[in-house]
Parts: sequence; structure tokens; C-alpha cells
Amino acid sequence: MLNQGIIQAAYVIAALLFIFSLRGLSNQESAKSGNIYGMIGMAIALIAAIASINGGLHWIIIAMIIGAAIGLYLAKNVEMTQMPELVALLHSFVGMAAVLVGINSFLDPHAVPPNEVTIHLVEIFVGVFIGAVTFSGSIVAFGKLNGKISSKPLSLPNKHYLNLAAIVVSVILMFTFIKVETGAGALISLLIMTIIALVFGFHLVASIGGADMPVVISMLNSYSGWAAAAAGFMLQNDLLIVTGALVGSSGAILSYIMCKAMNRSFISVIAGGFGSDGSAASSSEEEQGEYREMQPAEVAQTLKEARSVIIVPGYGMAVAQAQGAVSNITEKLRGMGIEVRFGIHPVAGRLPGHMNVLLAEAKVPYDIVLEMDEINDDFPDTDVVWVIGANDTVNPAAEEDPNSPIAGMPVLEVWKAKTVIISKRSMNTGYAGVQNPLFFKENSYMLFGDAKDSVEKVLQNL
Amino acid sequence: MHIGIPKERLANEARVAATPQTVGQLLKLGFTVSVEQGAGHAAHFEDQAFIDAGATIQKTKDIWQNDLILKFHAPSDDEIALMKEGSSIISYIYPAQHKELLEKLATKNITVMAMDCVPRISRAQSLDALSSMSNIAGYRSVIEAANQFGRFFTGQVTAAGKVPPAKVLVIGAGVAGLAAIGAAVSLGAIVRAFDTRPEVAEQINSMGADFLELDFEEEAGSGDGYAKQMSAAFIEAEMALFAEQAKDVDIIITTALIPGKPAPKLISKEMVESMKPGSVIVDLAALTGGNCELTKPGEVFETDNNVKIVGYTDLANRMPAQASQLYGTNIVNLLKLLAKEKDGNIDINFEDVVIRGVTVVKDKEITWPAPPIQVSAQPQKKAAEPIAKPEPKPMQPAKKYGILALLIIAYFWLANSVPESFLGHFTVFALSCVVGYYVVWNVTHSLHTPLMSVTNAISGIILVGAILQVGDDNGLTTAIAFVAILIASINIFGGFFVTQRMLKMFQRGK
Repeated sequence: MLNQGIIQAAYVIAALLFIFSLRGLSNQESAKSGNIYGMIGMAIALIAAIASINGGLHWIIIAMIIGAAIGLYLAKNVEMTQMPELVALLHSFVGMAAVLVGINSFLDPHAVPPNEVTIHLVEIFVGVFIGAVTFSGSIVAFGKLNGKISSKPLSLPNKHYLNLAAIVVSVILMFTFIKVETGAGALISLLIMTIIALVFGFHLVASIGGADMPVVISMLNSYSGWAAAAAGFMLQNDLLIVTGALVGSSGAILSYIMCKAMNRSFISVIAGGFGSDGSAASSSEEEQGEYREMQPAEVAQTLKEARSVIIVPGYGMAVAQAQGAVSNITEKLRGMGIEVRFGIHPVAGRLPGHMNVLLAEAKVPYDIVLEMDEINDDFPDTDVVWVIGANDTVNPAAEEDPNSPIAGMPVLEVWKAKTVIISKRSMNTGYAGVQNPLFFKENSYMLFGDAKDSVEKVLQNL
Repeated sequence: MHIGIPKERLANEARVAATPQTVGQLLKLGFTVSVEQGAGHAAHFEDQAFIDAGATIQKTKDIWQNDLILKFHAPSDDEIALMKEGSSIISYIYPAQHKELLEKLATKNITVMAMDCVPRISRAQSLDALSSMSNIAGYRSVIEAANQFGRFFTGQVTAAGKVPPAKVLVIGAGVAGLAAIGAAVSLGAIVRAFDTRPEVAEQINSMGADFLELDFEEEAGSGDGYAKQMSAAFIEAEMALFAEQAKDVDIIITTALIPGKPAPKLISKEMVESMKPGSVIVDLAALTGGNCELTKPGEVFETDNNVKIVGYTDLANRMPAQASQLYGTNIVNLLKLLAKEKDGNIDINFEDVVIRGVTVVKDKEITWPAPPIQVSAQPQKKAAEPIAKPEPKPMQPAKKYGILALLIIAYFWLANSVPESFLGHFTVFALSCVVGYYVVWNVTHSLHTPLMSVTNAISGIILVGAILQVGDDNGLTTAIAFVAILIASINIFGGFFVTQRMLKMFQRGK
């Protein structure tokens, strides 16, 4: 067993490396080294932890080998379009691990000084609660992204009261738990609370609609961090606290950015999906005018005649796996001397940054993939905007119609371009269930069909 | 169906409703076509060209006996007399000014489609003859102005000295105004333009002119694509602007029209008098009274201070070949809607708003005016009041500070009652949150997914907690810790590896 001081020192180094890792991830050039910092930090932390224990090394190694094999297998085989699912699944693992570590910490509290017993129990209770919510919430998110669970928001009657009741009961259980302190009675309250927390997490995410998934995922990311931090408190381990807090605040910031991108408060996202307040969505059913159609050959012609083109992808591109074809078109148009860029809305897709990953996979250079704020001013000077599978994120109603459910949400102002081509399967509304006046604008043309098919047809005509 | 294209009888009218090119297109739609002898002569389309295109040449009395007459101007009484009952005519009608004409045509059971009644919606742009003619008139107005203006349009620096560019003011940025701007800009002039609709500023700028802004708030769009009449205060501000501009510019082109009403008087006698000698005003509204007080419709009038006011009412007619071609194409586009089957028969389907709009007489009934249609695809104005979304009330400062104070008290109470070691950990926790905030805040959007997967991997650090629990003698805790280690490892390895995979894909452009 190593000297306790050296182990602590190793933990500090690991914590610093984690900070460098997140820092490195903030821009493209340093991202790869950031990831490597993270790996080194993790290795140091693990070696230090293993060095500090007395026995059972074989169990640790067996468990890690199995876990590593599964993890690497998943990471290697995941399709980039399925990244949201993988991320959600990994969140659930952290949640599960937090629950297990919490229960373990209760079963075998080591030597906790008598004056710290209460706080230790509170830490366990809170840690298990967060872990359980993260676990079941992530499982639901995984199911929704996977299509195994309907992505429609689940709307139970009095859902807010149900949530409130779950929290109140959990708090009451916490007090009985602290009072009983040890033995079967306390364990029962802990387990009951775990079940309540699992149901609570399930309900929380089930009542959020598919389009809000970027927020949910980043929220769960945050929770998984807090769960790790809580585990750090109960184990009196600063490394866990630091790392958990880093991850927790990182996820919280991401959720905040996502919420801002949708002009919605965090509370209203958590409280339920679009249209659940049942007010303004009713007017969206009616047709708002006439739309015009373009055939792939005409689209190809239009693109060829343009000087500058902006492609705006959305979830529809991911669903249709059209990113490869889009990339080929980009290459071809750039070869003809046409300026091609991409405009990405922060909440496009089902995961923050989802579109960027897909385009990167398809070998679209990242320096022509711009975010909303960078490109919004350029639309008036653009000849052709091609919207592929995006809807709510390009809806002018957000700016023009104060009664729209998405009023005030920042959107890509594609309609300011000279010509807008919209690839879409049908005239159906987007996730927000809001009619999109963009389709009826004078400079808009619809290209109907599966995104991949139609993009490929355009490619053939180029 | 047999189409007849008569010669226009109005004095000086050089245009014709079809050209050899559009005749070809009409034949493709399944029609047969006859052209009156010499109908295209003034527009430089000889009879032989029509014959080559597939039309036959007919005499005057025969041409009017055809099933469908295509024409520029509304038919005169003589011409109506020549037409056969139950036939159709497509031409300008101006039904608002010519109600009795509609009645005459209706009693003879002639179906009438008015090219001046095409609704101003985007789908109907291809058959909007008024726009086609305005475009030509706008272009021609600049040519006429240049003809009357004794100087260069473009600025030049020559060996013999510097020539300043001409300054042109275009009032009204409709189709004609924009065409005039384009022509004047391409001749090299400095062009300014004004319109009561502020939303056209972008179009004006795109044509290369400066939009003159009026420091006055009033909406001018009336939802049907035309400008509406403005309030007195607005007009006053507008007139002041024009008076100021008149002193500065060399050429004024006015294109302001209000449908069904006399043209607004925008350029007063005083303004004309304040202009520099040699200046030119081209008044495109001369036919409906003129935008300038001194305009004499149909002629060029020179004032005492040598300002020439061009009041030609036939600007489009001065470019007859082009005008005929565009008008003919507009008619072909209308017939494409009417003869969808391409079998040479027309089907007047009132479901189609365009056809509904142009048809002014059908089955002996006057069907003008058509019900209004909304041009822009804006959402319909809801009948109900907008649902007032409850604004979150800003918190009372007293309440806010009260809550803050309570929180602080609760915090210190908590700090007082928990053991010291907890506070140590709490310090670490609080500081880490702040560090996390600053580190993550600057992450670019494109890296959000990798960031998430790397934080995912890092939060697998909970593995350390599980490792510390393994060594215990208790079999149950070791078993639970074993499972925890296993799943946390999935996280760590899976998270880092998938991040690596993603980051490898991000490539900078070559």
C-alpha cells in the first residue's frame, strides 16, 4: 500500500488533467490532446486507487476487463447517427454505478466518526437518489432516441403533483433513514426511496418530447456528474468531488445553452413538451397558402447557377443517413468554384453538436460548418439555401408571429436568401407541431422525398 | 379551338398580342392560330414569319370570327360587333373604368379575361402583363430621359476635364421603378429612390440605388401588393424630401400609381422651378393625370427654366417587338393554366384563384371583381385575441433580498451543524463548480458531442469509489462493487474511445 500522501498527490494530478481535458475540448485544434489528457488522468487515478487498497485486486481486474471489452465494442461499432443513444446509455451506467456505490457505502460505512454519521447518511441518500434518477431517466432517453419508446411526451394527469409527491416522500424517507441509522429499517427506507427515484426519473424524461432531447441529454450528463460528486462526499474522496463537479457544471452549461437556443426556460423543458399547455398549437393545422415544388434536376440546376450556397441540415438528415451524399454534393459544388457552407442550429438533431459529428463523419471540413450566430448575417447575400430535414429551427414564425409556440426562439434566417430549397418528406409539421410559413414564402421551393434519395438524385444531376 | 390575333386599331399602337415565337407555343397547347394581315408589321413581325411559325393569315372580318381573340387593348364597339356570340377574348379591360364595356360583352355572351386583373401572387407572376409592360416602361423612361438630357449619365475623368455623373431620383419602387433604377445604374448614374413601403429598401439597394429614408412611421403595404394612400402628415414629410432632392438631382423619374385612382401629385410647380436648367422629369403616371403638376400627357413639355417634362403615355409601345414578345408570353402562360390538357380547349375553373381573378365575364354574367386573395403567405389573422402569455412578474426587490438573506442564514446554520471535514469537501466542490463553469463555457458548438462523451468517460471516475470498496471482507459489498466497477469501466473505455473516434473525423478543409 502506497503512502497516503502520494495517493492524494496523484489524485490532484488526475483532477488537473481532467480540467485540462475539458479545456482542450473547447476548440478543434486542441481537442485530441484534451481527450488524451483525460485518458492519462483517468489512468493515474485508477492506479492510485488500486494502489491504495488491501486486496481483491483480481476482482477489480476481471471486472475492468469485462467492462473495457463491452465499452470498446460499443464505441467501435456505434453509428454516428446513433451517438445520442450511446451517450444516453453511458449516462445510465454512471447513474447505476452511483446507486451501487451508495448502497455499498451504507452497507459498509468504514470507520465514520460518530459526529459525521448523520451527514454521511444524508450524502448516501442524496447520492443514491441522484444516481437512480440519472439511471432511469437515461434509460428512457435511450429508449426514446432508439424509437423503442414513443418520443411523444407522456402526459399523466397532475404530472407536476406526481413529481412533487415523489420528492416530498423521498424527503420524509430521508428523515426516517437518518433516524434509524442502521439495520434493516434504514435499508428499507433507502430501497423504497431508490424505487421512488427510479420512477421519478422515468416519469421526468418520459414527459419530455423528442425535440427537447438535446436538453434532456445534457441535463442527464449534468446529473451523472452530480451523482459522482455525491459519491465523492460519501467516500470522502476529493477527486470524485472535483470530477463530479466539473462534469455536473459542464452538463448544466450545455443544458443552459440548449434552452437558450430554444428560447425556453429550463423549468418549462423539464415540465413537459411543446404544446402541452394546449394553447396556441391549435391554429397550426390550417394550410397557410400555396407551396411550390422543385424536381431534383431543377435543384441541381439552381445549385449550379448559384455563387454561394448554405446547407442547413436537421434531424431529418440524420434519420435518412444522408450526410454522405450531402458531403459528395458539397465536394462537387466546391469543385465548381461555388462557395458552400453549412449552418447549424444549436438544437439541430438529438444531441448537442450532433450535426457537426455527422458532417465530420462524412468528411465535410469543419471550417465550412458554421454555427447560427456566425452565419445568420450572411443569408441575405446567399443565392441558395438548402434546408435538409430541418423545420422548427428555420421557422420564420419564431420571429414574426408573437402567438407562435416557438415565438422568440432564435432561428436560422434562411428565408432572407434569394432561393430556399427545402427537402422534406411531406408537408407535416416539425416536432413543435407548428406550421412553418417558410414553405409558403415566395422564394421557397419544396423538394419532397426521403432526404437521402433526393440528395442523391440531385447529385446525379449535377 | 381557333385563336385569332387581330391588328390593334388604336392610333400609333405598334404592339401585337402574339409573335411568331408565341404562336409556336400556342400551337403546342393544341390551338390553331390565325393572324390578321399586317398585324405584326409595326412591331417588325412580318406575315411570312407568322406563316413560318405555323399560323394562317386572315382578313380583318374573318379574324374576328374566331373562337378566342387575343388582343392588347379592350375591344371597341365596332370590334365587339364583329365578334361571334359565345366566343372568348383575352385583352386589357380595366373593368373598374369600363363597366358598360363589360355589359356589352356580357349581352353578347362573350367570355372575357382581363390581363390587367391578374392577381398579384407569386404563382401568377409569369402571366402578369402589367409587370411586363411596367418593366419595359421603366427601362424606356431612362432611355427617354437620357435622350432629353444633354449630358453624360456616367462620370468620367477625361483629358479635357472631369465630367460629374448624373443624379437620378426614382420615385416609387414598383416594377417600373426598379427597372428604371437598374437601367440608370447601368448607364453609370448615381441613383436614389424613394418608396412609401419601407420593406422595398432591400430591393432598391439590391438594384444599386440608395434608398431615401423618411423619418416617419407609417405602414404602407395594403396586403395586395400595391401601395396604399398615405396620411396627410406622411405626405407632408414626403413632399419636403422631394423638394430638397429636386434642387440636387438632374433627372426625376416618377412611377407612383394608386390603383383605380388618379395618380398622386408629388412634384409641385415650385419643385420643378427649383430644378437646375437642363434637368429632365419623366412622368410614368402621365396617363392617370401625372405625378408632376406640369405634366402634359403624351408630349414633352419644356418649362421656362429649361426643365423638360416627358409625359409619354406609350413608353412600352415604343419598344413594340419586346413588348409584344413579353405580352404574348404572358398570354401563353395564362392559356397554359386554361388548357391544362393541351388539347386546344379552355376550361375556366373558378377553383384556381388566378383564373378566377382574370375572368371578368362568364356565361353572360359579370364576375368582376373577384373575391380578394391574400398575397403573402402570412398566417391568417386570428379572430381571437392573442392569448396573453402571463409575463413572469419581476420579483420585488424586497422579496428577492429576503430570500437571499434566508438562504445565507440557512447556509450558515448548516455550516455550523455539519462536521468540519464536510466543509473541507464542500469547499473543493464549490471551487470545482466554478472551474468547470469557466472551462466549459467557451466550448464551440461543434464540439458539444465530443465534450459530452468525454465528460461521460470522466464521470466514470466513480470507478475509484467502487475500487475502494472492493477490498472489504464483506462478500456482498464486494459483489456490488464488482458490478459497479464493471459498468463504470464500460463508461470509461467506451467514452474515451468514442471521443477519439469522433475527433479523428473532424478535419480542416484543404
